Amino acid sequence: MIAMDKSDISFFKDGLRLDGRRADQLRPIRIEVGVLARADGSCYIEMGGNKVIAAVYGPREVHPRHLQEVTRAIVRYRYNMASFSVEERKRPGPDRRSYELSKVSREALEPVIMTSYFPRSVIDVFVEVLQADAGTRTAGINAAAVALADAGIPMKSMISSCAAGKVADTIVLDPMKEEDNFGQADLPIAMTPGGDITLMQMDGGLSPDEFHQAVEMAMKGARDIYEMQRAALVEKYGKIEASTIEVNACE
Amino acid sequence: MSSVISEIRKDFIYNLLLKGERVDGRTFDQYRDISIERDVIRKAEGSALVKLGSSQVLVGIKMQPGEPFQDTPNRGVIITNAELVPLASPNFEPGPPNEVGIELARVVDRGVRESKAVDLEALCIVPGKQVWIIFIDVHILDDCGNILDAASLGAIAALLSTKVPASRFGLGEDYMLPLNDIPVATTAIEFGDVLMFDPGVDEESIANTKLTVITTAKGEICGMQKSGKGLLKPEQIYRIVDIACEKAREIREKFLEA
Repeated sequence: MIAMDKSDISFFKDGLRLDGRRADQLRPIRIEVGVLARADGSCYIEMGGNKVIAAVYGPREVHPRHLQEVTRAIVRYRYNMASFSVEERKRPGPDRRSYELSKVSREALEPVIMTSYFPRSVIDVFVEVLQADAGTRTAGINAAAVALADAGIPMKSMISSCAAGKVADTIVLDPMKEEDNFGQADLPIAMTPGGDITLMQMDGGLSPDEFHQAVEMAMKGARDIYEMQRAALVEKYGKIEASTIEVNACE
Repeated sequence: MSSVISEIRKDFIYNLLLKGERVDGRTFDQYRDISIERDVIRKAEGSALVKLGSSQVLVGIKMQPGEPFQDTPNRGVIITNAELVPLASPNFEPGPPNEVGIELARVVDRGVRESKAVDLEALCIVPGKQVWIIFIDVHILDDCGNILDAASLGAIAALLSTKVPASRFGLGEDYMLPLNDIPVATTAIEFGDVLMFDPGVDEESIANTKLTVITTAKGEICGMQKSGKGLLKPEQIYRIVDIACEKAREIREKFLEA
């Protein structure tokens, strides 16, 4: 995070943020299920200025074969940014940041994927960031979770992801680019609808009290996103009895 | 990182845990013995050998003048790298860093960067043209668990002993690198509803989830990372944060503020 003099930018005007949101308000979200023909499952998501597409292939044979596990499926997650997705062209291909994000995003989804049903196979999740505007990892996880469901992968629950941040000493939900770049903290989380946390990262500076406040705000955001993921799936798959979707229990 | 640990040993660790005990007799929030030796590498600008129990991590700091990033023309640059060399563990392989090594380096970097321990603006030599570049290189020598905390300790300890090599580059006299903060990382694993700090290598291999919390001297949280394919309840996270703040303060006072 680039530290800058706070006075350089004013984050609030008449109590509202630069884009007119309240502190605890999400950016507009659009979720579309099954947008790719070749993939077993797919999802396109827009979260504010982020445009992210996720595809799931599998369960399928593992290549290279030495990676296969005899008792369960392995899960692979590839987070990739298009070179044109950011202001200054990003050099194509994986960098250290995308390796880390791929790892933590995979670990955010793995707790709910019932991998023991598919020994010796792989479930591949590919996430392409087409346009980035702060919060690409959370958008990617949201899309990936829906794409997994679209692919028919058995899951214990949905996973929803959202960030909270701190700008001008105020805790805000779902920071946008300016707030992320010049803000004081960023805290992305992912969780099950039951409130179990599967992704937790933080950078910046938060007192323990602010941390509590930020976690609670991010969890509320994730709950709202869950409703939208659910609605998008229900829209594609028609009327499904609620009890088959709302499996909150996680071990 | 799948470790070589037999099912029998896993059972043993688990059964002990149910009785409220750990393999080496520690309490759940107790750290292993820590020793930090500074200036162990004379050729480096700063260095520290950290022993955390039997885990050993060597961190070396090198500095050289170079070009700043375009978007931060008045600020020095920090580059953190970690080598998980094969001498340190049967699980490490030679070759380019894998995601575990990359994550480790990036979390160590997060602590140094987000705590603003290094005053990057003080490292500007000619604005827009020349700034100091600090290379923090983490060398894992023996992985007996929790190398992330050891590496973070090593990084800040090495920075505390770093002398800016100005004379070597004709930029005046050498001086000690000024630091504004002392971030300390503390890591806990979760296993069967039990939280254990400073996990040993066996404990790490049975745990699903690990949470690292980095705190500053003021008691603020400046970085966090959850790792591993498990989940944590918010209450568990809050508990880890509470204990982490306390442990970090103890470690900072005892080993770094001397």
